[in-house]
Amino acid sequence: MLKVTGLSKSFGGFMAVNKANLSVKKGEIVAVIGPNGAGKTTLFNLITGLLKPDEGQVMFKGEEITGLPAHKTCKKGITRSFQVVNIFSRQTIFENVRISVLSQQERTFNMVTPVKSLVIKETNEILESVGLLGKKDSVCGALSHGDQKVLEIAIALAGKPELLILDEPTAGMSPEETARCIDLIRRLSQDLGFTILFCEHDMELVFAIAHRIMVMVRGATVIQGPPEEVRCNQQVQDAYLGGSEVCSV
Amino acid sequence: MDGKKSIIILLLVAVLLAFLPFGLPRFYTYITALIVTMGLLSTSLNFALGFGGIYQLHHCVFYGIGAYATAVMIAKLGYNPWLAFVAGPLVAAFFSLVIGLICIRLSKLYFGMLQISLGSLVWAIVFRWYSFTGGDDGIHGITVPEILSSPRGAYYFTMIVAGLSMYVMYRILNAPFGRTLQGIRDNAVRSQAIGVNVIRHQLAAMVIAGFFAGVAGVLFVVVDNSVFPDMLFWTLSLEITIMALLGGWFTMLGPMLGAALIVLLRTFVSTYTEYWTLAMGVLLMLVILFLPDGVLGKVFEIWNRRVSAEDRG
Repeated sequence: MLKVTGLSKSFGGFMAVNKANLSVKKGEIVAVIGPNGAGKTTLFNLITGLLKPDEGQVMFKGEEITGLPAHKTCKKGITRSFQVVNIFSRQTIFENVRISVLSQQERTFNMVTPVKSLVIKETNEILESVGLLGKKDSVCGALSHGDQKVLEIAIALAGKPELLILDEPTAGMSPEETARCIDLIRRLSQDLGFTILFCEHDMELVFAIAHRIMVMVRGATVIQGPPEEVRCNQQVQDAYLGGSEVCSV
Repeated sequence: MDGKKSIIILLLVAVLLAFLPFGLPRFYTYITALIVTMGLLSTSLNFALGFGGIYQLHHCVFYGIGAYATAVMIAKLGYNPWLAFVAGPLVAAFFSLVIGLICIRLSKLYFGMLQISLGSLVWAIVFRWYSFTGGDDGIHGITVPEILSSPRGAYYFTMIVAGLSMYVMYRILNAPFGRTLQGIRDNAVRSQAIGVNVIRHQLAAMVIAGFFAGVAGVLFVVVDNSVFPDMLFWTLSLEITIMALLGGWFTMLGPMLGAALIVLLRTFVSTYTEYWTLAMGVLLMLVILFLPDGVLGKVFEIWNRRVSAEDRG
């Protein structure tokens, strides 16, 4: 479904992403792991069009989307959440998701209909699926960090994506919130059939839910494969898992 | 503030304004019409600045263009005044689109700087082009339709048109477009990521803001029967920005209140001292220090606090 080949991006001589390769098949959960500064977020920004790549190619459903601006990538069916909470903090939970629903339905240029009467059902459905319905009228600035991160996912879901990209969905969450979030991601994949690409620091989480894992070091792809294969890869163990870990398979 | 109470307050204000010409001398009718005109101009600025987060630093250019377009069409080209009243705002909206297209790719302050430059260019042309615009004299004694030629006629026309314009802007802000615009203001990157074409929405907002600035320009022609280059000089842009900040720039009616405060201050304090700007400076400092959301912003804050206290009690 998504195929990234030889993607590179440098910032003033620093190669943030260096010939990265990545593939995601329909229905999969794919994780990107790598040490801090490996270029995971930059890679996601390149795929979703927030940054323009220097070279390489991004194919989505057989169509080239390299360098397409973010709002067009979104309409193609890729939506994302952000690592650092990135929401409309002055508005309520409901309003945050509603904007995304309106955008998905191409209704943001409607200047006549009062917004109060629109897309209530759709918005509520999404809030219900992530478990935020009870708090829908809270202003986002006042929410707990965990709820804000879940709201991130809800906003991305409202775009009816075919590919959902989550940038460190559990960053900064408490253990209970993390457990809830893992559960949510699993449900999105199993029950609702979303294809999910995410990056994460939490190894336990990654190995627990990812079908395939891509390991990134210094901007480049080391390996992409099923969890067992990645766990046993010598290069990965040296670079990331601390070198001392013994392969258990 | 809940809907019913604010509607009652608005109705009271409307009734008061409707009977004002019968109770007060002509001068006050003129001043009130002027306040509402400036208030509409400041509200249209706030549409782009406060609700759109667009650095519209030279907004009065579109006011001036709307007024001059109307004045030139009536006085120089001999068009039907009613036609000119409609065409004026459209010309302003067109210029808004052109200047917007040139500036929109720049961010924030750079956007504002370029807009000031382009606006000053328009001002210079108006100032120099004697044969067409009357140069620094402007155009005076513009004939308006019979029904609007009396102060009272001009007053009611101003109230009705300004009221309608305010209502239309209010509706737009509460429709999906307005909410999307406010979303872009709060977080442009997020808006892109949910599929919003940020530039196109901001451009549309500028055209709308320019259009209503043009409407305010037409109202000035009706109230004052004249136009002059100061209408598009950048100090006026500063003044209407101050009105919006003073009144409350995240509120719909804040700029109108700010316009009332400043026009009244200028009219009455300047009869006592030529240093009326000193009084305004002090007032502005106090507002920035103690009422960062403006006068109306503070009123809403107190109101909401009281309401929630009642809810708890």
